[in-house]
Amino acid sequence: MNGPQKTEKRAPLLKKSGARSVVASLVSILGGLLVGFLVLLLLAVFAEDIPFPEAFSGILIVLGGPLSAGSGKDVLFQLGNMLFQATPLIMTGLSVALAFKTGLFNIGAPGQYLMGATGALLVSLSLPTDVIPAWIVWILALLAGTLLGMIWGAIPGFFKARFNVNEVIVCIMTNWIAANLVSWIFQATGDRFINFGETKVNFIRKTASNGVATATLGLDKLLGNSYMDISIFIASGIAVVLYIVINKTTFGYELKACGYNKNASKYAGMNEKRNIVLAMALSGALAACGAALWCLNGAQDFIWNTYLSLPADGFNGIPAALLASNNPIGVIFSAIFLKYISVGGSNLAAQTSFNEYVSPLIVAVIIYFSGFSKLIKDLLQKERKRKKEAVAVSPLPDPDPKEPPAPAAPDVPAEPEEKTEKGGDAL
Amino acid sequence: MIFLIQKTLIFSIPLLIVALAGMYAERSGIINIALDGIMIFGSFIGALTAYLLRKAPFFVDHNQLTFLFAMAIAALGGALFSLLLSFSAIKLKADQTIGGTALNMLAPAIALFFIKVFFSKDQLEMTMEADSSGKLQDFGFVLLHDDLGPVGKVFFDKAYISTFIAVGLFILFSILIYKTKTGLRLRACGEHPQAAASVGIDVQKMRYLGTTVSGALAGLGGYIYVATVANGTASGAVAGMGFLALAIMIFGNWKPLGIAFGSLLFGFLKCLGVIYPQISVTIKGEEVFFLKDLNLPMYFYNLIPYAVVLIVLAFTSKRSRAPKAEGIPYDKGMR
Repeated sequence: MNGPQKTEKRAPLLKKSGARSVVASLVSILGGLLVGFLVLLLLAVFAEDIPFPEAFSGILIVLGGPLSAGSGKDVLFQLGNMLFQATPLIMTGLSVALAFKTGLFNIGAPGQYLMGATGALLVSLSLPTDVIPAWIVWILALLAGTLLGMIWGAIPGFFKARFNVNEVIVCIMTNWIAANLVSWIFQATGDRFINFGETKVNFIRKTASNGVATATLGLDKLLGNSYMDISIFIASGIAVVLYIVINKTTFGYELKACGYNKNASKYAGMNEKRNIVLAMALSGALAACGAALWCLNGAQDFIWNTYLSLPADGFNGIPAALLASNNPIGVIFSAIFLKYISVGGSNLAAQTSFNEYVSPLIVAVIIYFSGFSKLIKDLLQKERKRKKEAVAVSPLPDPDPKEPPAPAAPDVPAEPEEKTEKGGDAL
Repeated sequence: MIFLIQKTLIFSIPLLIVALAGMYAERSGIINIALDGIMIFGSFIGALTAYLLRKAPFFVDHNQLTFLFAMAIAALGGALFSLLLSFSAIKLKADQTIGGTALNMLAPAIALFFIKVFFSKDQLEMTMEADSSGKLQDFGFVLLHDDLGPVGKVFFDKAYISTFIAVGLFILFSILIYKTKTGLRLRACGEHPQAAASVGIDVQKMRYLGTTVSGALAGLGGYIYVATVANGTASGAVAGMGFLALAIMIFGNWKPLGIAFGSLLFGFLKCLGVIYPQISVTIKGEEVFFLKDLNLPMYFYNLIPYAVVLIVLAFTSKRSRAPKAEGIPYDKGMR
């Protein structure tokens, strides 16, 4: 009895809206890759110095990501670095996703990211590790960065809740204030934090110089002496916790209610202003935590004189969240995927006459298509209904378990439908 | 003083024109978060045009003509690029924020990809070469090497043509959206598209019009930014100016006068951060550089404009009102 039940469960896969989202995302990704391939093809046709077959090998290199690095050692090295670099992106993706769930657009992740990095660096480099154990300093630094980002994220939330100022404008302003503030702080503290040795005047000291570094559990050695550490597991854990908070707790429900309809949630007795501030503060904390995890790796160079530019990982949290349809668990995969494609792009530049900007091009097209995900999902649902009707008319039940639609009355809603199926099975 | 006014104008003009661009899209009901991307695309197309034109000696000698031509092409490029947004937002009813974000990512990718392919480097300079007579000409200035007098100096010395054109366009498009039938219809589509449709207005057409005008203005603004503020270097980025313009638009309450005030204020504060060491007052015959003597780091002056905008917003936000229907795909059946 067990076997057929399992196939029965697998069969109506497209019934679940989550599954439809995944399919929609996959369609977007396919579309993006196709456009990227077309660009390479066009270039190979028209540019004289690029041989035609290189378009095909080129798109394969992009698709291969770190796997197309060449030797096995390089593959492991790039794989490790990719997983490490994906960590801050997962966190900023979660930050943007949480805000989206509450109906807010957190474009302030870059500023929150900078504040998080600053908090983590200040604490991890100034506390004496000969007095306090390094792992305690590590935890304190992570908390300090997260807290600073939390405060920074709360500002747009406060402005939105108290003054009804659009959060987008406040986020943009706080981004640039953070960029200048961070540069100011590090300039003022001078050589206590800035690495003036090795002519690296643009960088803050590595936290490893104070003995503070994220545990690696030997993963860095395993993956070709890369930067790999356990931070991606921490980020993934946070993503799972966030998923549970959003979907299984009252607080998460209130946030979502606020996102669907602010006025209705207020009418239902929820404190929508408090929820807005809390959601933004949490978003800030998430983005900042990602930055702290990146800095506390121990071997990273943080550029302190950042007043003219904002960290890309902050903005890239937006596509990471969008590609995952704001599902925290999905963000883990979308962030890793974005880094995967970008590694593929740098391999493309290293190995062929194309350049690395193909991968942001592909990602941008993917995001563009992912805007149509609702359209794709609706189409999938219609297709399902159409097939279902066709099957319902035919006298024999379809023997193929892989066929997604199960024979059932077309106008019965999703959940009772499952019950009738199970009932039929028992008979 | 003259220097201050000039610098303020140079910084304000791109903000002014791009914020107006944002206004056109949003008053028609489409959130245009892609302003930054459209600026980047326009700046790339415009700079490429100027670069290619200046291969011919005729265009090197006729600097102003080249500049104007590049401006027009940049606007055209921006308008075409914005069709990507309007197609997804209007025709396919996709999420406008997602579409805008995609355009913001697409533009630098396209610009950098092609700059790298064509020039094998990461940025494109509209070179400031000497003309065929050997005289070095500053690209895009209204008048050159003439005696201008004190008043002329403020407005014409080292003033870009784009400044005057942008101000003219700003006034023209502000009047168009408020004083013409089409302008009224466009605004109606941003407030209550179903009501607009009920009196026979083609909502989709109006929204296409709004975003396309928006795209043209933003593309033009991007080129102006690159040609003036960024010294003629297109590098696939506009230092977040598009987002700033978006902020200025919200700051200006989706209205031309507010936008003009916002961008001038912001431009002034921004250029204060650049030239504060040179500002002096004469007390008892002695020049005092009072801002320089405060010994504050430049970061302080750099963050002032952003902080001021925040404070002003906190006080004025009660009056703030966004177009009611912005961001909501038009659905005929909805009430």
